[in-house]
Amino acid sequence: MGMLRISLLALLSHWRRHPLQFCSILTGLWLATALWTGVQALNNQARADYARAGALLASAAQAQLVARQGERFDQAAHVQLRRSGWPVSPILEGRLSIAGKEPSTLRLLGIEPLTLPREASIAGQLTTGFDLDGFIGPPGQAWIAPDTLLRLGLKAGEQPLSGDGQRLPPLQVQAQLAPGVIVVDIGHAQTLLRAPGQLSRLLLPKAFAALAPPLPVELAAILRLQASTDTDDLQRLTDSFHLNLTALGMLAFVVGLFIVHAAIGLALEQRRGLLRTLRACGVSLSGLIGALTLELGLFALLGGLAGVISGYLLASLLLPDVAASLRGLYGAQVAGQLSLSPQWGLAGLAISLLGAFLAGCSSLLRTMRLPLLALAQPQAWRLAQGVWLRRQVLLAIVLVVLAMACWWFGDSLLSAFVMVTAVLLTAALLLPALLDAALAVLTRFSRGPLTQWFIADSRQQLPALALALMALLLALAASVGVGSMTEGFRRTFVGWLDQRLSADLYVTPRDTPQALEISAWLSGQPGVDAVLPNWRVDTRLQGWPVQLQGIADHPSYRQHWPLLEQRSDAWTQLAAGQGAMLSEQLARRLKLGLDDDLLLPTDQTEQHLTIVGLYADYGNSKGHVLVDANWLRRYWREARVSTLNLRMAPARVPELKAALEQRYGLDSSRVVDQSSLKRWSTEVFDRTFAATAALNSLTLGVAGVALFISLLTLGQSRLGQLAPLWALGVGRASLVWLCLGQTLMLALLTVLLAIPLGLLLAWCLVAVVNVQAFGWRLPLHVFAGQLLQLGLLGLLTSLLAAAGPLWQLARRQPAELLRQFADEP
Amino acid sequence: MLVVEDVRKSFITAQGKLPVLRGVDFQLSTGTSLALMGESGSGKSTLLHLIAGLERADSGRILVDGEPLQGRREAELARWRREGIGLIFQQYNLISSLQVSANLAFQARLAGRHDPAWVEHLAGRLGLMPLLQRYPEQLSGGQQQRVAIGRALAPRPPLVLADEPTGNLDEATSDTVLDLLLQLVAEAGSSLLMVTHSARLASRLTRRLCLHLGRIQPGEA
Repeated sequence: MGMLRISLLALLSHWRRHPLQFCSILTGLWLATALWTGVQALNNQARADYARAGALLASAAQAQLVARQGERFDQAAHVQLRRSGWPVSPILEGRLSIAGKEPSTLRLLGIEPLTLPREASIAGQLTTGFDLDGFIGPPGQAWIAPDTLLRLGLKAGEQPLSGDGQRLPPLQVQAQLAPGVIVVDIGHAQTLLRAPGQLSRLLLPKAFAALAPPLPVELAAILRLQASTDTDDLQRLTDSFHLNLTALGMLAFVVGLFIVHAAIGLALEQRRGLLRTLRACGVSLSGLIGALTLELGLFALLGGLAGVISGYLLASLLLPDVAASLRGLYGAQVAGQLSLSPQWGLAGLAISLLGAFLAGCSSLLRTMRLPLLALAQPQAWRLAQGVWLRRQVLLAIVLVVLAMACWWFGDSLLSAFVMVTAVLLTAALLLPALLDAALAVLTRFSRGPLTQWFIADSRQQLPALALALMALLLALAASVGVGSMTEGFRRTFVGWLDQRLSADLYVTPRDTPQALEISAWLSGQPGVDAVLPNWRVDTRLQGWPVQLQGIADHPSYRQHWPLLEQRSDAWTQLAAGQGAMLSEQLARRLKLGLDDDLLLPTDQTEQHLTIVGLYADYGNSKGHVLVDANWLRRYWREARVSTLNLRMAPARVPELKAALEQRYGLDSSRVVDQSSLKRWSTEVFDRTFAATAALNSLTLGVAGVALFISLLTLGQSRLGQLAPLWALGVGRASLVWLCLGQTLMLALLTVLLAIPLGLLLAWCLVAVVNVQAFGWRLPLHVFAGQLLQLGLLGLLTSLLAAAGPLWQLARRQPAELLRQFADEP
Repeated sequence: MLVVEDVRKSFITAQGKLPVLRGVDFQLSTGTSLALMGESGSGKSTLLHLIAGLERADSGRILVDGEPLQGRREAELARWRREGIGLIFQQYNLISSLQVSANLAFQARLAGRHDPAWVEHLAGRLGLMPLLQRYPEQLSGGQQQRVAIGRALAPRPPLVLADEPTGNLDEATSDTVLDLLLQLVAEAGSSLLMVTHSARLASRLTRRLCLHLGRIQPGEA
């Protein structure tokens, strides 16, 4: 113990003389942990909120009865079922806008606690334990989650007004309630949603539903039994989104570890004399390694603690964008505020410890393997470096093989990410060898003495700068890759929206009878060219949630519905009820293609349709099938009109929109014009990639910090190289410019390698990762302007990283350079 | 002709101002050699650095062919080092990233006075021909010092300043290196100012001066 303590104290004394290195290691661990824990905080928060949404009516909602047609049904069905001995509990839900400075729309859930099973819990609270009288009786209670209350800027006990001027019951905070939800008694809900006598569904206890009793005949025509799987779907659908975030967090973590690796490596090299002395004084190798490991652990704890705190702050900043993306893409409600468990913080510290040991293990291994007397000989370290370089190349070759194998044989998102990781690591591992080769070529063309020195010295700096340059390469390649993918996707998406959203006005009726009524009224309105109802059925194909959409036979679909692949008679076949078209992602998931047979389970039997076309359906997390409306209605009694697409004179849109809202009591979210819908879709798209862009920028920033720290640390040891030049007549100003030129040259070579790597990454993302994650393949676009911009950004990052060390060099007193020549004054 | 007149230099240390040179005067004629001796801390290296323009004197004058070094801008001092002198250090201070051949020609090329035939001659005389493609760290101490001598003499500078050039070498190697240095300095037509601890080596040069507590010992200037 005494030996360990003494060794540790001797090792720690190094940091008093090298505070910069101390900060480098801490900074690396801090940034790596912060970005990783930040992303994990976002994922954990979202997943916890899905679980809260799932637990809203835990154990009571194992199965439910829903309307065959439309969104709601008469509550008489409930009364009849109760009289027949069915232990059903009614639910009414809908969207309710809340008035205020910033009006927002929430999900209003009306329940009847008296009929809920006794063992059931609502928002984590047992139905037997709460104040029933307070909840049911006047003025009632409106349960709300604390984060939702905060978002609305309201206080508990307040009675806010709904968008149409009705007062809600007093708000009461329920900590376990899902975000974006208000729970009230069903009577209040019917009033607030203006749905008197209406219900959305009837909950059935698990045990009763398992018996699968037949519904009374008169109700079987109105209701159908449905398993409750929405929460599972949300988890499945959002998995890709969270995996993408995790991948970016992992990239940032790895880039941060490069800083730690570089700083630890340099510190060990600088302390080799001390290590030799300690060994010579009788410290055993195991004791020395133990002390180094303990020192590393202390760093990890300090950096990890700072990282966990910063990660929380980072996640708080990004959460609103991530929540908006999840809401827009999947309809998932995620709180705009973080509430994390202590386990998350402990996991952050653990990842910091793991990262520190990963980053430091190669240096520890090198220390263990180098012979005692060789510790102080630079040549021994360089030879060891050479061996590591050869190992890196060998590992890169193995990774190339792995990437190829994943490409050929992989069929999952995990294999796609393994491929991307292998490609990135291969490039990073090969970077020093490639840069060395490029500099060797440049050496042949260098003529003047300073030019020769410039290139030769750059080659000599490579081992010390390699890790920072690898970090820069990875960060830039990620920026190029993700930037190309995002921009390409954006253009494809906007073009697709322009084609697909060809109707002038979209109306979402409350139910099918209202849709038919509106349709009849609209037919008589001047300026309306066509009213095209979309019939819809939600079903499952091979366990995957799928929307069947029935459309009318109208020329506008042939003109405006963009198809990726089609048979020549596609639309004719569809209109004849003999063909179906599939979204690209569903076709991939079901492994079906053009001319294949599609089996659709209807109410009574199974129907076969030939696949006559495939189309892109970006942003839809569910599968989508396009069929003829009449065919759909023939085989699915529960088919309902989901929207009415109106083709009309654009000038008349505002007038007709207002008339529809007034005549049918529809709020503005149910009557949307084309430009609003496009604007909203584009906003969702942009917010979806906002967190990605932020993480990308941060990763590039981390790479800049890695380069800065490496240059700063290297600056201390480079005086020995620069002083002879100064003594031979090269001015200090020239030395500064030469050093700047060296950094920029290495950065430029790295940027030049990062661009093709980034484009390869972009291809991996659009052709492999996207296909596995979302089911759609995008065309690969190359944006020269964007590449130039990112290249310049990489150089600017390097310039900023080099500025500090060069400023130090420029300000160095000649006496400091002189110390390189003499030990005495 | 190098003239040093009443040169003084102090350093600021944690303990206060430390005078290192307290008024040094001497002259070195063209084509001659001078050994500068003295115990550690007597100011020998500092004097050499002042003459090389690596540092500035607090007072006094250093004249090269009648032109003072004082008042010259940094760029002018850099030019003086490039073209006017050849520097040889105890620690060799070769450029580790360049091969021996590039190290040899480096200063001459910087000064725009590269004479390949002369550099080849130097390499031959210094026994470096088989080592031209090697890097400094692949050479022994004696070999490295021979490269440093070749580099200093390659531009045929009027003045060669050598700071304990054999300080890291054994006696036999020291003799060999000094022999070569003296011969080549004579061939180049340069003057030599050499700092050394060794009276034996100093005796091989034309004149000797001894510094003691920052002053030339009486009777030796």
